[in-house]
Amino acid sequence: MLNGEMQEIPTNAEGRATVADLIAHLDMVGKPLAVELNKEVVRFRNHPTTELNEGDVVEVVSLVGGG
Amino acid sequence: MTTTQDSVNDNALVLGDKTLDSRLIVGTGKYADYETMQKALDVSGAQVITVAVRRERLIDAEGRSLLDYIDTDRYTILPNTAGCFTADDAIRVAQLGREILDQMDNPGKNWVKLEVLGDKKTLLPDPVGTLEACKTLVDDGFDVLCYTSDDPIMAQRIRDAGATSVMPAGSPIGSGQGVLNQNNIRLILELLKDPEHGGNPDYPVIVDAGVGTASDVTIAMELGADGVLLNTGIAHAKDAVRMAEAMKHALLAGRLAYQSGRIGKRLYATASSPWSGVISYIPGE
Repeated sequence: MLNGEMQEIPTNAEGRATVADLIAHLDMVGKPLAVELNKEVVRFRNHPTTELNEGDVVEVVSLVGGG
Repeated sequence: MTTTQDSVNDNALVLGDKTLDSRLIVGTGKYADYETMQKALDVSGAQVITVAVRRERLIDAEGRSLLDYIDTDRYTILPNTAGCFTADDAIRVAQLGREILDQMDNPGKNWVKLEVLGDKKTLLPDPVGTLEACKTLVDDGFDVLCYTSDDPIMAQRIRDAGATSVMPAGSPIGSGQGVLNQNNIRLILELLKDPEHGGNPDYPVIVDAGVGTASDVTIAMELGADGVLLNTGIAHAKDAVRMAEAMKHALLAGRLAYQSGRIGKRLYATASSPWSGVISYIPGE
């Protein structure tokens, strides 16, 4: 589940996908955003090594206007 | 137009590890467009601006985004936990906001404007969830600027929980009613800042929520608040940029007046011109 909707994430040759892969797949590399995996923040430095699995709940968030 | 800050003879606002010349914090939400927001923030003189944390648009990546219109070298960004109704959600959002600002290396990366709401219609804070989230976030190393009601006891609890600033609402968020209960704000200021009541004069109390127009800001500062945070009062004004300028002056006026020691209120008049040497007939003499 990605941002509230079920999504298929493409996996690499070894059948794996990391958070970094997801960001690349979304064409958002370099954008200021944060990723939460199953209700825990994934630190940016851990994006390349944090794997995504079937049934994971992912939130990709950024900053918007607010008071 | 140069600021008259130098002539104010004021000390700056110290919030955690930050020293600010401007005591106005302005939100980035609800403007007619990003260009208006940009100009309004500029004219307001604010150095700290609030933002919200929301899901990134995954489709239509061409849409303009807030950060394209914010000079992140100029402003310290203060993420809020708006839209959170539980302590757990507020904690998650605060941590995500920190993560984003950490990547941007913005000075706001250890801050959060904590809101834990109790009700969607009134946006009143949930005191229990607020206190719980405050404690957890303080333990997690955040400087918590804590939105709360104008209840003086709750203000003390939040201060005791380690919040960097207590931010009592003047009236409900976006309601434009200004400071509805001046007495409660005064009590909060006394309990938190008056040494005779166990307070610390340097502890920052910032009135946040409900500001409708310039005089609301002035009133808050005349009561002795250390600053004012507002969003809707500027963003939804017919001329947001002009209102932002009004707010800047209003804050300065209120701060100067507070420091000047106002006259008391009397039932009867006291003449401004001398009685001696009059050539006129004075009744009763």
